[in-house]
Amino acid sequence: MNFFLLSLIKAVVVAFVLLTTLAYLQWVERKVIAHIQVRLGPSRVGPHGLLQPLADVIKLITKEDLIPPYVNKFLYLAAPFFAITMALISISVIPFGAEIHIFGGGTWMQLTDLNIGVLFVLAVSSVGVYGIALAGWASNNKYSLMGGLRSSAQMISYELPLSMAIAAPLLLANTLSLRHIVEQQSGYYLGFIPRWSIVQGPMPQIFSFVIFLIAAFAETNRIPFDLPEAENELVAGYHTEYSSMKFAGFFMAEYSNMITVCAMTTTLFLGGWLPLWPASAGSNYVPVLIFLFAGLVALYHGLHPARRMDKFTLPVVAIVFFVLAAVFLIPALRGALLPLFWFAAKTGALLFLFIWIRGTLPRFRYDQLMAFAWKFMFPIAVLNLMVTGFLVAVFS
Amino acid sequence: MDVILFLIFAAIAVVCGINVVVQSHPISSAISLIGVMGALAVLYLLLGAEFLAAAQVIVYAGAIMVLFVFVIMLLNAGAETRRGRSWMAQLLGLPLVFAFLGLMAYFVQHVFPGAAEVHFGAFRHGTALDVGRALFTQYLLPFEVVSVLILIAILGAVVLARKELE
Repeated sequence: MNFFLLSLIKAVVVAFVLLTTLAYLQWVERKVIAHIQVRLGPSRVGPHGLLQPLADVIKLITKEDLIPPYVNKFLYLAAPFFAITMALISISVIPFGAEIHIFGGGTWMQLTDLNIGVLFVLAVSSVGVYGIALAGWASNNKYSLMGGLRSSAQMISYELPLSMAIAAPLLLANTLSLRHIVEQQSGYYLGFIPRWSIVQGPMPQIFSFVIFLIAAFAETNRIPFDLPEAENELVAGYHTEYSSMKFAGFFMAEYSNMITVCAMTTTLFLGGWLPLWPASAGSNYVPVLIFLFAGLVALYHGLHPARRMDKFTLPVVAIVFFVLAAVFLIPALRGALLPLFWFAAKTGALLFLFIWIRGTLPRFRYDQLMAFAWKFMFPIAVLNLMVTGFLVAVFS
Repeated sequence: MDVILFLIFAAIAVVCGINVVVQSHPISSAISLIGVMGALAVLYLLLGAEFLAAAQVIVYAGAIMVLFVFVIMLLNAGAETRRGRSWMAQLLGLPLVFAFLGLMAYFVQHVFPGAAEVHFGAFRHGTALDVGRALFTQYLLPFEVVSVLILIAILGAVVLARKELE
């Protein structure tokens, strides 16, 4: 099949899925946070508020697009555009699954496999800080400027432990290509313990996994590191002066970064698309069982007389889950869907962790944030890298 | 294709480079400099030096320039005012630039008379593996010396900053 056509199709599919996930991640986040705080969350627009993202998009598009007269117009307009571009680009090197065969040809479930894939992601994320920093400066507003300053300082500081934490599993994998990193983690110890970087010998990367995750929270400006937009100090931080779609640009960039970071964590530490235990022990039936169980739960609640509001929606959800379970039983599709399922499951679990922590932890103070990065995370990351390098040198 | 890309990004690099000098506001100059760095990274990529391209973006565009922008924002530097320019500079500036460029071209041609023509993507030693191997075998001593040098620079910066605090 034509290379350009194939790439175009893949790019369109990935972009569509990514943007849909972006929109619904916000719904999931609002729902999860609401349930953590014993509220209902969005529930008016559509069943269980499922159409809320759509309503939000319409709201944001139709809002007045205000450009304050005192801003630096060029940078003010360029900043959100830059932020969203850099946030969306890095998804292009993430491998979602193994090779699939369609239309007589094979293709990888990945837009492109660079042999400097890891460096590419690092480069894009390190340039991404300009979107926020320049938005803060161009707004010509003291709160925005403070937000932009904080974000640049924070991102420079946390990029160090982040890069150090990435370097350690690279020592085990011996490659910079994300696809090969995942392939390198295949296989099992004792027949059932996966050889993911996080438990791989000679040095399990559990420390760098934790450091990477903490630094990732800081890089994506999420609670407890969301100082750049701390609302009780800075109104809304760097996007105080932005409205309508330009505000939506920053919002999308944040969520897109979150998805990329979780996908990177999955790829580097959690074995990417590889299953949790070998197929010989029945890991192929995990998605079927999960969807079947979810469908049964939905059906039970839908048919429960106490839940009159949901007597139509929940059975429909149940049917969708049953269909999904059936799809995973078709042998022809299984080869393509199973890796995708495992990748999505691991990434989804990490995304849930991000949301869970937002509902749990309070915000850092600014000096604590900096001291934590330089006095704690950085030394630990360096130590971990040195021990890993030493052990790899000794045992290989 | 390679030549067209080279021309586009070389032009971007040159235009951004001129813009660094022409712009009156430090932030605009800094952003033009980021443009130069980015365009240079693409040129490295065209030549086949992929590791260098990534390092260029990570280190220069991503770390050093962020610091520049950070400092400019922190000091809240305003637009530069232009005055007191000597008429000599205005008169002789442009001719001198051309004379300098001509001199450079002349020297390059005479110092490297047999230099091979550049082919896009022909450079085969630009992967991370090759660069790493070269750094840790052939150029180990210079590499370590440079890292010590950087350490000294960091210490110097810390000492200077301390002195100012007291």
